Amino acid sequence: MQLLDLELVFERLPMPLPVWRATVDRAQWLAAAQAVAAGGGRLVSLWGSDRRDSAEGCFVVSVALATGEGLAWLDLPLSDGVLLYPDLGGVFPCAVRLQRAVYDLLGIDPEGATDLRYWLNHGDWPGDFYPLRRECSGQERLDDHEVVDYPFIKVEGDGVHEIPVGPVHAGIIEPGHFRFSIVGEKVLRLEERLGYKHKGIDKLFERQAPAEGYRLAGRVSGDSTVAYAWAYCMALEALSGAAPPPRAAWLRAVLLERERIANHLGDLGALGNDAAFAFGLAQFMCLKEDWLRLNARLFGHRFAMDRIVPGGVAVDLDAEGGAALLEQCAIVEREVRILRQIYDDHAGLQDRFITTGTVSPRLATQLGLTGMAGRASGVAFDLRADFPVTPYDQLDVQMVTHRNGDVAARVIVRFEEIFESLRLIRRLLHGLPEGALRADLAPPQGRFGAGWVEGWRGGVFVALEVEGERIRRCHCHDPSWQNWPVLEHAVIGDIVPDFPLINKSFNLSYAGHDR
Amino acid sequence: MWKILTQIAKKGIRSEPAPTLGPEEGIEAGRIQQELLAILGRALTIREVDAGSCNGCELEIHAVNNPYYNLEGYGIKFVASPRHADLLLVTGPVSRHMAFALKRTYEATPEPKLVVAIGDCGCDGGLFGESYASLGGVHNVIPVDYTVRGCPPTPLDILRGILAAVRVRHESGQ
Repeated sequence: MQLLDLELVFERLPMPLPVWRATVDRAQWLAAAQAVAAGGGRLVSLWGSDRRDSAEGCFVVSVALATGEGLAWLDLPLSDGVLLYPDLGGVFPCAVRLQRAVYDLLGIDPEGATDLRYWLNHGDWPGDFYPLRRECSGQERLDDHEVVDYPFIKVEGDGVHEIPVGPVHAGIIEPGHFRFSIVGEKVLRLEERLGYKHKGIDKLFERQAPAEGYRLAGRVSGDSTVAYAWAYCMALEALSGAAPPPRAAWLRAVLLERERIANHLGDLGALGNDAAFAFGLAQFMCLKEDWLRLNARLFGHRFAMDRIVPGGVAVDLDAEGGAALLEQCAIVEREVRILRQIYDDHAGLQDRFITTGTVSPRLATQLGLTGMAGRASGVAFDLRADFPVTPYDQLDVQMVTHRNGDVAARVIVRFEEIFESLRLIRRLLHGLPEGALRADLAPPQGRFGAGWVEGWRGGVFVALEVEGERIRRCHCHDPSWQNWPVLEHAVIGDIVPDFPLINKSFNLSYAGHDR
Repeated sequence: MWKILTQIAKKGIRSEPAPTLGPEEGIEAGRIQQELLAILGRALTIREVDAGSCNGCELEIHAVNNPYYNLEGYGIKFVASPRHADLLLVTGPVSRHMAFALKRTYEATPEPKLVVAIGDCGCDGGLFGESYASLGGVHNVIPVDYTVRGCPPTPLDILRGILAAVRVRHESGQ
């Protein structure tokens, strides 16, 4: 890999995807980010580690950047003891919250950043408490605390007022706080405050054996359990120099595509409901329930939790099971085509969908919108098509994109992705290789491994660092980090009652973001 | 409109035990409905609080509302405010940052109130346990009447849990 004329020494990680690792200094850190941005690349994730007791002997901040060639994982060791690194917020806006989180967890600051508010820390951790530092066990019991005010940005003007929403929401939804500044019904500004679900997962990983970590990874965001478990296992397999047997890889893809369809079915129903079209909810929820019940019958779990394991899968599929999956694909395809026609023809529904919550392709690119929502705004990235791992390299995945970037576009992309995933599942089942389900993993040989999987929401990234039989650091990145800030822009100028609809069309993860 | 009506008619009433439903599950669902009405004699309203889950439990709580389980058909419904609720359905583990909001929600719920903790994490913290950021099971923060295990529990387990909580309260004569 080459980033412009930067003389970086890249080490290719032994992975099915092109991922390179390099160590940089502060100047190269910024120059590399600028080079990637200028070349149309993206920021995938940014995180920090305490490696004072490792070879580096210091804190390290890391960034994962996607280019047309693959993923560049850059480590910046702060070996001079100055706990500052160049701010990337000016190059990639989505870096801002990631950097705020790095500060809360590790106490190292982006130099020159202007937004230094707490993010994952809600202002009540003791002054010297940085959970990812070695001196913290993570098992501390912190005292009860007073509620700390969060300095939301105020909108001034005649008739402007605020609506605070959450963290406990009106529906069956994850917790988070939304602060709307409105005039009449019109949203002038939305500011999110997240971090309510922070459960200390990064720290908890340090107490896990590498071979067991897939269970925790599978519970970072329950609706993407297959994607997370796969990404974790990919990272661990890279460290052990092993690959899952072909049959296991194909079954993983079946589970991943079924997860994508399950979520799209649920969200398409909920989107109908949020536009007062309860018929849609009832119809799609029936399809989703059938889908999950077949998961339970064939794979022993409705969401296939813990079915992807290091080295392979913990499920198999016999001829009868394969036939049941194919039959269900046919039923769902027929039903979803009917429902799509009904959605398309319904004037009231389309009136709510079209031009609502618009993110133009230009804004989407600028802010780094990613995954399914990105594809609905013309940001054409899909790991299954761009860097296909086995078995996707044999399936010719057709990426679905749209350019309108509104709720309607995200609905269309979801419909089309269902049809494409149904096609992929059929191909997978017809070509399912025979053989072993799980490869034995040797103890990890390397230190660093990465996993990168196109979940239903977008790319799920896992950076894993092990030392012998323990995990030193496991960073799980949810694509919601990129997309939450864009949601704030998507609602500007729309009316408050359209917010649930816009929000659902993205359906971002709180748990995956807060970790 | 014609297409919508055709689709509704074709789909039929799924709340009846459908072929994909095992006969045992169908009987179970019917029994729950009868017991609930016998004990409560009226509607039950639920406020769901996600106090830090991975969102897996929420997916299954959503499913309880689908036509198969038809929760509203039993006279049970989810409401938007704790002030309208008889029962809090809480998923966990309770994150440190949600503890305050959970307590406030509990206080805002009128007496007599029931609390059902959902999922392994709601019961005892599950895989997340207790740490600087997780307070573990729901009972560490507010009183719990009944717990439903599972990761996540199935919709039918959640239904059973709701009924069992009502029954426990009924039998204790409160």
